Amino acid sequence: MEKKKVIEAQKINKFFFSPNKTQVLREVSFSVNKGEFVSVMGKSGCGKSTLLYILSTMDTDYEGKLFLDDQLITGQPSDKLSRLRNEKIGFVFQFHYLIHEFSVLENVMIPGLKLNQKSREELEHIALEKLKIFDMQDHALKKANQLSGGQKQRVSIARALMNDPLIIMSDEPTGNLDKKNSDLVFGIFRELVVEFQQTMLMVTHDLELAAKTDRTIEMEDGTIISYG
Amino acid sequence: MVAAVGVTFSITMFIALLGFMNGLNELLDGLILNRTAHVRFYNDIKPNEQQPLDLSEEFKDWFNVIRSIKPTVSRVSIYNNEAIIRTLQADNRVLGVAPKIAVQGFFNVGNVDLPAVLNGIAVEEEDRLFAFSDYVVAGDFMDLKYSANSIILGKGAADKMMADLGDYVQLTTAQGNRVLLKVVGYYQSGIGELDNLQSYVSLNTAQKMIGETSSYVTDIQVKLFDFNLSPGFAREYSSIFGIDADDIQTVNAQFETGSQIRSLISYAVGITLLVVSGFGIYNILNMMIYEKMDTIAILKAIGFSGSDVRYIFITIALVIGFVGGLLGLIFGFIACLGIEQIPFETEALPTIKTFPVDFNPKYYLIGGVFSLITTYFAGFFPSQKASSVDPVEIIRGK
Repeated sequence: MEKKKVIEAQKINKFFFSPNKTQVLREVSFSVNKGEFVSVMGKSGCGKSTLLYILSTMDTDYEGKLFLDDQLITGQPSDKLSRLRNEKIGFVFQFHYLIHEFSVLENVMIPGLKLNQKSREELEHIALEKLKIFDMQDHALKKANQLSGGQKQRVSIARALMNDPLIIMSDEPTGNLDKKNSDLVFGIFRELVVEFQQTMLMVTHDLELAAKTDRTIEMEDGTIISYG
Repeated sequence: MVAAVGVTFSITMFIALLGFMNGLNELLDGLILNRTAHVRFYNDIKPNEQQPLDLSEEFKDWFNVIRSIKPTVSRVSIYNNEAIIRTLQADNRVLGVAPKIAVQGFFNVGNVDLPAVLNGIAVEEEDRLFAFSDYVVAGDFMDLKYSANSIILGKGAADKMMADLGDYVQLTTAQGNRVLLKVVGYYQSGIGELDNLQSYVSLNTAQKMIGETSSYVTDIQVKLFDFNLSPGFAREYSSIFGIDADDIQTVNAQFETGSQIRSLISYAVGITLLVVSGFGIYNILNMMIYEKMDTIAILKAIGFSGSDVRYIFITIALVIGFVGGLLGLIFGFIACLGIEQIPFETEALPTIKTFPVDFNPKYYLIGGVFSLITTYFAGFFPSQKASSVDPVEIIRGK
């Protein structure tokens, strides 16, 4: 049985214009299937983060075509992209980006509140379920700034999961963490893929980490040199 | 928080200032306007426009120049005044009508004669329309009606004659009649010149003093429901009755101008306060956006669109405006209550014991609306900036 493509990039070109015109991505084409754990690896400056931001639909200034769930999303208006992002993509960044004024539970709930399809009680229940995956349910009512770095990162993963996205994109999710915590976070990723058939796309420069994923795409100077 | 306090403060000041200024305005206007008839009907003393020469057949086609014309002896009394008063009272624009007689004369105090203008008034009507009793500082004004040959002396005149309540003063009218009048009260308007000269007697006493019948009336004072109608009203009836009429706006035009300019100034100051606090909010929101750049970026990454972010910031601004404005209105009201308690006693204003304050809800409405408008604009521009934040740049920068 052929697996469904969750996200597909076709001949993506990207230029930076300041200080002068430089091509960051050259004819990048690849796809990620459902349930796959893919890592994009390369040295810093090779364009892997740039690629991720294009895939995430936040950066719209590129050439080429991008399909999400078999829908062409290149050239869509930004309001529609925002909605797509809200519904189908979860993010985990190097930095956790939690909102300090809110409690952990509220932080996790934000994407769900934005999607506005379920009642607040339901959302609270779902958010608690998500936190349980990471054993964080006891911290649900704490303020975000009372947590440790590793805990914060786990909360931000729970937030990414909130709307049951098609794909989770992460940019150096362990970059700010020590060995123990980064192993923990990676373990969670692994578990999500195995237990929930969650599709994952992770950008990293850590060879060791990349080796543990299903497939590693290697990049150099804006082109893909290996599809893993 | 600071922004809300700023709005609170400026709205408080706005309300207190406007309330106080307009309270003073109304007091000062009231000083003159309340006691002045909106329209006054009388017979003016003036030369006849049709001199005998003009009527002569012989000089009809000539250009006549006559020098040194004297005013005619016309009757000061208003002809058929009872009918006029009835007609005026039937008009539905009219609040009330009070007839009056002006009598000139002198008080005889020993060797000295003090000039006096006596107003014969219909006591009850005068009090109802012109708040007469407010200005009677000693004695009971109704005594004027109940006891014959009684007088309420101007405070200035009373002080000069050293006349106490219950004393008798002797008065010679311009016609030469001498009368003894019993002092039943003092009158103080706050305008010194008036208090030295004016005294009040009842209509009957005045008619008796000059030896006229009870139909003799020299002035008819009319008070309207809306005094802005007075010029038209004066013209209309002056032509119907064929007598002279003065309206309040022509006679007291300078008071109108004065009070208008005063309220203009207080509005200007109040609005300046609000605009300044608007800039304060603008600054604070701007700072907040720089501080919350990360939050905005992540909200956008999660799926909030630019308009959602703008909506959030405008909401924050409006909440600040609303809370600040509401507190401001409350504190403004309290401040007004406070100002109203401050004692303010002057010789000139016998009826005023504390500072006057106007609690017109109009100012609260203006204050409230303005606080929302200024905070909306103060929030609009920063939120515009926030909505255009590019999440890629922020997240990349870390």
